[in-house]
Amino acid sequence: MSEIIKKNLSEIIDLIKKKEIKSEELANLYIDKVNKSKKLNSYITTCFEHTIQKSKEFDKKPNLNSLLPGVPLAVKDLFCTNGFKTTAGSKMLENFIPQYESTVTENLWKEGAILLGKLNCDEYAMGSSNETSYFGNVINPIAKDTVPGGSSGGSASALAADLTPATIGTDTGGSIRQPASFTGTVGLKPTYGLCSRWGIVAFASSLDQAGPMTKSVKDCSIMLEAMAGFDNKDSTSIEKKKENYSKNLKTDIKGLKIGIPKEYRVENMPKEIDELWNKGKSILKDLGADIIDISLPHTKYALPTYYIVAPAEASSNLARYDGVKYGYRSSKGNDLIEMYENTRSEAFGDEVKRRILIGTYVLSSGYYDAYYLKAQKVRQLIKKDFDENFGKVDAILTPSTPSSAFKIGEKTHDPISMYLNDIFTVPVNLAGLPAISVPAGLDKKGYPLGLQLIGKTLDEQNILNVAYAFEKNCNFKNEIKNWWL
Amino acid sequence: MNKDKFDYFIKGEKNKYEVIIGLEVHAQVSSNSKLFSGSATKFGAEPNSQVSLIDSAFPGMLPVINKECINQAIRTGLGLNAKINNNSVFDRKNYFYADLPQGYQISQYKNPIVGEGKVLLDMPYGSKEIGIERLHLEQDAGKSIHDMDPSSTYVDLNRSGIALMEIVSKPDLRSPEEVNAYIKKLRTIMRYLGTCDGNMQEGSLRADVNVSVRRVGDKNFGTRCEIKNVNSIKFMQMAIEYEANRQVELLDEGKKIEQETRLFDTKKNETRSMRSKEDAHDYRYFPDPDLLPLKIEQKLIDDLKKTLPELPDNKKERFMSDYGLNSYEANVLVSEKEISNYYEEVAKLSDKKLAATWMMGDLFAMLNDKGLNISKSPISPKNFAELIQSINSGEISGRIAKEVFELMVESGDNPKKIIESKGMKQQSDPKELEKIINEILTKNKDKVDQYKSGKEKLFGFFVGQVMKQSGGKANPQITNDILKKLLKG
Repeated sequence: MSEIIKKNLSEIIDLIKKKEIKSEELANLYIDKVNKSKKLNSYITTCFEHTIQKSKEFDKKPNLNSLLPGVPLAVKDLFCTNGFKTTAGSKMLENFIPQYESTVTENLWKEGAILLGKLNCDEYAMGSSNETSYFGNVINPIAKDTVPGGSSGGSASALAADLTPATIGTDTGGSIRQPASFTGTVGLKPTYGLCSRWGIVAFASSLDQAGPMTKSVKDCSIMLEAMAGFDNKDSTSIEKKKENYSKNLKTDIKGLKIGIPKEYRVENMPKEIDELWNKGKSILKDLGADIIDISLPHTKYALPTYYIVAPAEASSNLARYDGVKYGYRSSKGNDLIEMYENTRSEAFGDEVKRRILIGTYVLSSGYYDAYYLKAQKVRQLIKKDFDENFGKVDAILTPSTPSSAFKIGEKTHDPISMYLNDIFTVPVNLAGLPAISVPAGLDKKGYPLGLQLIGKTLDEQNILNVAYAFEKNCNFKNEIKNWWL
Repeated sequence: MNKDKFDYFIKGEKNKYEVIIGLEVHAQVSSNSKLFSGSATKFGAEPNSQVSLIDSAFPGMLPVINKECINQAIRTGLGLNAKINNNSVFDRKNYFYADLPQGYQISQYKNPIVGEGKVLLDMPYGSKEIGIERLHLEQDAGKSIHDMDPSSTYVDLNRSGIALMEIVSKPDLRSPEEVNAYIKKLRTIMRYLGTCDGNMQEGSLRADVNVSVRRVGDKNFGTRCEIKNVNSIKFMQMAIEYEANRQVELLDEGKKIEQETRLFDTKKNETRSMRSKEDAHDYRYFPDPDLLPLKIEQKLIDDLKKTLPELPDNKKERFMSDYGLNSYEANVLVSEKEISNYYEEVAKLSDKKLAATWMMGDLFAMLNDKGLNISKSPISPKNFAELIQSINSGEISGRIAKEVFELMVESGDNPKKIIESKGMKQQSDPKELEKIINEILTKNKDKVDQYKSGKEKLFGFFVGQVMKQSGGKANPQITNDILKKLLKG
């Protein structure tokens, strides 16, 4: 029976639909393994009583026409869940229980999914290794001394370790795609505005986007279909009709033009990644796609641009955590200012403080033009690079990350090298485009590596199709040995 | 007090100074819900009863623009003869305060919804144009209550997120009187438009006042001080008076004015320093990434323009040309939309000029006395018009009319009915009057002789006798005519 939870989401849905397994049985299988997998530290909160109750309700009156019938799912702890702690990985919100449900999770529950728990993440989604979480770092199930990536590290770890059949994360600069690449899973960052941001703890509003993390491309299409949709509570939500990504999924990519940007061949990139990229090209070529060399000349400015725009927005978005209304409040201090200072000093971690400081600095009068304004201009140039090339190509293929999963503690004292991990993922957020990371192979340590497919605005179906075709011909197999059990 | 020449200058020990004033008026937008949330905006509600998750800045909450507030800002802009910007941007103004839940105020910084406009003031020394620099939309903050508890501060977020229009004037105002006229004019325009109720007691209209002085004849402006958040015209005038004199004293002593923000202490009637330029907040403005730039289609502006009511300046001109009113009368009668509506109803049914005189005299005095708004007047426009008609036709005298007016206030009755039932009709039949007058002249032969021999003052005596005899109802004009004729003979 425990073989069932190793299956992909789509297979599990089939079992439920065929009534070969009940929702409650399935929930118990996950609960059992989650209980035995505390070493990974991928869950911050579990809500098993709720899960069982809901799965029983489902089994009594199963609606098998929904997209996620009776499927237990854990979600990143950045999504507000009504009645269940939502911490954002921070001491600030350690005991915060929202009285509202994020639009994206609400969409999942409407499609029949059931909350299993809340998954660890970097504090306020700021990090690339899930080491900034107040609730401790998360371990990558591929090897006990490696990070799962971040910020959706708990989501990637839980998914790879079969502690949830699929999950959702948020991606501000690579927080879905990088952990997916590190754990041999699939992660998609949708077009900015496709999934509502309402009820998601904000990091950088103009970059944040929720997306699915799954074991297969087909699962990814199902999850995206369930979570996406216009929301009038989010002013940046795109008004368009729902799409049937899973139904329209196809492997025929003949004649599609795939761009290969030369700027993504960075210095000191491991040879294996270059080889993998070449492997990707040849697989797509064999499937009938045209491989075209392109140039995205402003790519090198993406990372510095990102590390101005994102902290600037974060410094303002996190101002609301002041100890006045909810969340942590320091007991020390004699007046309002001291209360603020103590509260924020005690409850924010170093990385969050670092970004608030950077963001405050770049928005300060006298520096605004040189940093924030200039960064916004460069952002337009980066977007223009993509726009111009999307006249010539249908999708762009790049590596997802410049390395495979690194060691726990390896980069925690060197923020810059940590930030460099986002070098291939960040341009996509700046341009608001969709991109998917698909597992493509293993390095010589046996750690997974992913390739990234970048699509045009709202062209999720196309990159899903390319990824689907690639996946079918790549023969990637994740080798996770359940060493922690 | 009718001064026909501007003369507000401040004489220092050495020099004579001119006062330069610019206002940033914060006007609460009349709308049922807040600028970015669906919460209600009613004044005086139970503390924290009109607060949504957005207003209290819960994690993951997002602002969604309330279209009605945008329309109201456009209407106001049109009313100020201003340019409506098709593209504007909402920015975040970042600062920490307990009653500012987001840690920033959503406002408009570089690209406001409304650009330059103008307002016309009627001053005793002529009309004066005051330039409008801009109008932008922003959120109000909540309210910190410090005096409910000795050791804690309480916060009421009912006001948090309510839409405000900040209307920034050019530094065109030169006296407290002009400030008074300007605020009143703004208020009138917005009340006509229905975009702000202008209720200063409820905080719907407040202003930051920028004051500087310069020697008469100087071209450059002096250093200004900003007096924050003054909530009545009287206080604004007092604050300007104090602040201008303070600056003049400093300058005459050869000292410099420091640019700073000051507060007006209404108890001590003085302004005092709140923070200097060096301590000024760095608000770190940047475009709010939760909101897309605000695009306003020209069609919306045109459509709103078509539905605007007639505004006070136009109405005044029309009152002068259509009703033959003078500038002063027209000004008073257009000062409130309700007053102008009342007047027009009356004027349609009666003598226009007489109606104006009576409204501005007896009707306003009565309303003022009773503390009533004209919409609550015990005399309906129709009844008031009938009263005016009765006077105009000579049916009753002005003196009797005052009695009828009092009875109308008491009973709310129709004046015709009152005149009828009390027999107050004026005696205007010359034959009847001649009969009465002849009787009186016969009775007072001695006085008639005295009159004829030159004691003309006695004329008043005869009139008084006629009035007495007729119970005050004799038509004075006809009485005079007949008396003169008979006394000559």
